[in-house]
Amino acid sequence: MFPNVDWQVMMEQTWETLYMTLVAGAATFVLGLALGLILYITNESLLLKNRPVYVLVSAIVNVFRSIPFIILIILLIPFTLFLLDTMLGSTAALPALIIGAAPFYARMVELALREVDRGVIEAAESMGATKWQIIYKVLIPEALPAIVSGITVTIVAIVGYTAMAGVVGGGGLGNLAFLEGFQRSQNDVTFVATVLILLIVFVVQFIGDRLVTKIDKRSA
Amino acid sequence: MIQLRNVAKWFDTKNGRVQAVDDVSLTIDRGEIFGIIGYSGAGKSTLIRLLNRLESPSSGEIEVAGSELTKLTPKELRGVRKNVSMVFQHFNLLWSRTVAENISFPLELIGVPASERKRRVQELVELVGLAGREDSYPSQLSGGQKQRVGIARALATNPDVLLCDEATSALDPKTTDSILELLVSINKKLGLTIVLITHEMHVIQKICHRVAVMEAGKVVETGQVADVFQHPEQPITKEFVKQIGAVEDLSLTFEHLKERYPTGRIVKLKFLNETAEQPILSDVLKQHEIGFNIIGGNVTQSQVGALGTLFIQLLGEKVEIERAVDSLRSQSVEVEVESDVS
Repeated sequence: MFPNVDWQVMMEQTWETLYMTLVAGAATFVLGLALGLILYITNESLLLKNRPVYVLVSAIVNVFRSIPFIILIILLIPFTLFLLDTMLGSTAALPALIIGAAPFYARMVELALREVDRGVIEAAESMGATKWQIIYKVLIPEALPAIVSGITVTIVAIVGYTAMAGVVGGGGLGNLAFLEGFQRSQNDVTFVATVLILLIVFVVQFIGDRLVTKIDKRSA
Repeated sequence: MIQLRNVAKWFDTKNGRVQAVDDVSLTIDRGEIFGIIGYSGAGKSTLIRLLNRLESPSSGEIEVAGSELTKLTPKELRGVRKNVSMVFQHFNLLWSRTVAENISFPLELIGVPASERKRRVQELVELVGLAGREDSYPSQLSGGQKQRVGIARALATNPDVLLCDEATSALDPKTTDSILELLVSINKKLGLTIVLITHEMHVIQKICHRVAVMEAGKVVETGQVADVFQHPEQPITKEFVKQIGAVEDLSLTFEHLKERYPTGRIVKLKFLNETAEQPILSDVLKQHEIGFNIIGGNVTQSQVGALGTLFIQLLGEKVEIERAVDSLRSQSVEVEVESDVS
């Protein structure tokens, strides 16, 4: 049915894509959460309002979020070479994936935190909570559904980024579809690679939605 | 327990300075329920938020449970806050936590061990009448139940002072009453000092021992609730008392009765406490040769007992009516003569 598809290679490349997605996703979660928290905290008078820090972090986030990903990869080549001594393969795609996705996610985290009722923060303050306790006992748990749905959306975007990274030597299904499928006119390879990417996206979205439903206690 | 000396708080906004609290001095005693009443914008909300320093005063001194609030380090302030709890109009519960976890929250903050927390939460759940709902989430509770969680959470750290910021304003009248009863019972049981702010005179009358009336940032009148009810001095206080007087506008009835019995005299009688519960009126009327028309009246319950207001028209000889009025006065019923037709 798919004469040109080497299933062995297809599986290997699927794992490559999964590897990039999950590692970059995890790193994006941590980095984006930290950046999002900094953005929120430095812009909230109840916590540690600090205009210069906010403006600086906000500007960095905006810049990296605005550069088209395909260009970002190219811009980051020297950085990747410095870090990993190569710009080929799945691991080499990681710095660009993380730097591309984390600012995007940071904004989502900031929005999620802003949705937390200020009254609840004040209540915690009135009980003598420290600022750190307010962050990890109030803000993060109360914003968690939005934080989780944000990372779901971000990971889906990362899957798309891995395909782009594949075009410039990043490995994975995108690379396979481009080199084996497009450049050698083997449409069946492109097709199967696409279906597999879609499958990954569906599974990520499904897991994310289920998680959000489970942790969201706002409706009875 | 709480002392405010010349406290002022202003906010500098784009449209100039807003004076929220203007030179307020108050003393609130240990174990009392102290009410602060005022319309929105009177500054009462800012005032109560000064008491746990959610707002810092612009000038003046605030002493709460022996600590001068303006002179505390952040760490000391957190310590004081564990002793001065707050209940909010919109409950401000963490929706991501169950009832038990919400109540346990302030205990977690101070690092109380889990077993101890569990025991304390159980006590509090029973105290506020929420047994069986420990594992519900706030979204599954009614407004009154949410406020019970708010109160239990506020009591978790065994505070000396409970601040209620419009704690019943988001609730319907029946639920309001049940929450007020809960506040009275914890005031008695735990000897807690309660400061509450409200715009409803009903709340003050029902549970407060003393009241302060606020208008435009100033406290314009303070006193025992019964005294303020009986002898409101400021116009704004009179307005609030009218909310409760609940004797609706009787002027039409007055006109009608005056026409029909031109010799009669309309008097307003005020009873307090025991005088509201004794047959004083019927005794006096029996002793004198007079008849009467009841025009309107009511009796309300307060912390110091019943407060009654009655409008009647006395009919009979002028001399007899005057004697009757005198003997009512001698029984410590307050009499105001509303009309003197003859």
